[in-house]
Amino acid sequence: MKPRTFSWIRLWALVKKEFIHIVRDPRSLAMAFLMPLILLILFGYAITMDIKTLNLVVYDQDKSAASRHYVEGFPASSYFSVVATVENYADVRALLDQGRAHLALVIPPHFARDLEQGRSARVQVLADGSDANTATIALGYAEAITNRFSTTRLDSKVELAVDNRLRVWYNPELKSRWFIIPGLIAVIMTVITALLTSLTVSREWESGTMEQLIATPVQPIELFLGKMAPYFVIGVLDVLFSVAMGVWVFDVPLRGSFLFLLGVTAMFLVGGLSLGIMVSTIAKSQLVASQLAMVVTFLPAFLLSGFLYSIDNMPRFLQAVTHVVQARYFVEVLKNIFLKASPPAFVAGDLIFLGLFAVAVFAVALGKFRKKLA
Amino acid sequence: MSPEYAVEVHDLTRKFGDFVAVDRVSLSVETGQVFGFLGPNGAGKSTTIRMLCGLLLPSSGAGRVAGFDIMTESETIKRHIGYMSQKFSLYDDLSVEENIDFFTGIYNVPRIRRRERKDWVLDMAGLADKRDNLTRSLAGGWKQRLALGCAVLHEPPILFLDEPTSGVDPLSRRQFWDLIAQMAQRGTTVFVTTHYMEEAEYCDELALISRGRMIAKGKPAELKTVIPEDILEIRVEHPFEVLEQLENSGLVKEVALFGDTLHAVVEDAGAATTAVGDFLAGRGLAATGITQVRPSMEDVFVSLVELEDRRSTEGAQT
Repeated sequence: MKPRTFSWIRLWALVKKEFIHIVRDPRSLAMAFLMPLILLILFGYAITMDIKTLNLVVYDQDKSAASRHYVEGFPASSYFSVVATVENYADVRALLDQGRAHLALVIPPHFARDLEQGRSARVQVLADGSDANTATIALGYAEAITNRFSTTRLDSKVELAVDNRLRVWYNPELKSRWFIIPGLIAVIMTVITALLTSLTVSREWESGTMEQLIATPVQPIELFLGKMAPYFVIGVLDVLFSVAMGVWVFDVPLRGSFLFLLGVTAMFLVGGLSLGIMVSTIAKSQLVASQLAMVVTFLPAFLLSGFLYSIDNMPRFLQAVTHVVQARYFVEVLKNIFLKASPPAFVAGDLIFLGLFAVAVFAVALGKFRKKLA
Repeated sequence: MSPEYAVEVHDLTRKFGDFVAVDRVSLSVETGQVFGFLGPNGAGKSTTIRMLCGLLLPSSGAGRVAGFDIMTESETIKRHIGYMSQKFSLYDDLSVEENIDFFTGIYNVPRIRRRERKDWVLDMAGLADKRDNLTRSLAGGWKQRLALGCAVLHEPPILFLDEPTSGVDPLSRRQFWDLIAQMAQRGTTVFVTTHYMEEAEYCDELALISRGRMIAKGKPAELKTVIPEDILEIRVEHPFEVLEQLENSGLVKEVALFGDTLHAVVEDAGAATTAVGDFLAGRGLAATGITQVRPSMEDVFVSLVELEDRRSTEGAQT
């Protein structure tokens, strides 16, 4: 005879008790509500991939009307600002060395004469390659400005063979914040959820109350759900709060369905909160549990979720590893809800994995939890 | 459910790796008794009580608690017992009333009984006017009585108390034992562990455990007669010096400090009184009084452990 009778009364008693703990403990309150806020502001403003203005140093040896016209094309593009106009190579080198200029433009003498005579004029562009990313972008812009200059010099009767009209969908101004914030919300929530449940379970071990609970008719599943339910509510509030900040503080558009957002959040929370409980079955002290929770969530979520670094560019084995990183799917779906608003079927793969993760971690965590309590 | 015995176990054993924490313990507790489980720290008291409460599966042995099998029906046992663990296991950040409400829910106390049970606990623990105080702010004795109250909210027929009085002031300890006696009177079986030997006097029945093995059991009065030796109380001015001298004198079997006096275990009180008196006078440490006393539970325990040790070494040699 093994009476494993589930009792709603016991579950409700546990949930109520847990809520009282949260409300009475300023530390857990702060962790639940202040931490996402601080992390979002910190990372939201710190991480940006946008290149605002590139500093340009100009060494114009020609000093002609044509060369001036060419140089003006740079600040006019709004990508560059001319920080210095110098008269020798030593100054060019100094400014690049000091990092005060990203790019140097050197125009040789005879620039105007070559153009007049219909010869191809040469200019030199030097870039600071110590930041390869910025250098690549700067060179691209420089090339585009130079091409435009060349076109205006050509006979106006000549048409371009291909005239490409570029348009970027979903994020027309290519603001990096638009894709960073949704991903960031997913990463932060991954860390917070695991941290919260791992702490509340290990606290019961530390204080000896778990021993008392085990001696009562409480069933592991009741205890498990009783620990999870209050933090589920907090998790939902946190996500809504973060999304609101994304929209109103960071100006990211929320184009997708709100209901879909809630549904995905629920799926994500089941997995994330279960993971925290699983961590607490391995580490019984609050200190170890919180550290372990950070390690198993933060680094994978930050590096392997595709939030900052594209998964497609990772080596094969790392790509394989990302499949068990829950944040990966949440990042993808959140980006979709924010920017694309495509129907759920379009992210079905991510949803299936998110669901599988939730079910698997829930089952394993509950199993481990049962064993620990037996 | 067996009416006669609330707890009945045979050859209960628990091993942790190579370490045998509890070694073939057999005991039976009659319904309505206060059963004391005595022994020093680390003797295996907690391990035994945890096995009886269904918190720990025995490595071997058999038994029933409240009529249910400890090997297979631990979940059912949990519904028929109250358990108070060694640490105060209430929630510090919950108020007195919230703690009671929580355990009322956990034990599924029927709705119509809740009010009455809560009032009973508040009254029993003397906390009626402190019901909104945080448990953290309560003094030890109150916390302990509240913990007891929370453990019996569902009116279990058997109550297990693991070192309930450790770390509590003497007056509170006294009150606590009064509560236990009251519960026993109403028919609750109480199984209590303690390392305070003087608390043995409050129990109907005792079991002494040392290093995982049961070394004696019986009523307190009976146990005091099991040791064949006599006990002398020796009053002197310099107990430490005398202790050292007597230990090497060969006149006593065992000597130990007992408050500001010494207790010596001797074969025969009459002969030893004269011998010890002469011995001390000869060394200028004359005793102000040597009297035979009734052995205290501590004397009994020390002497039984020594006997047991001697037996097991002899057993090992032959």
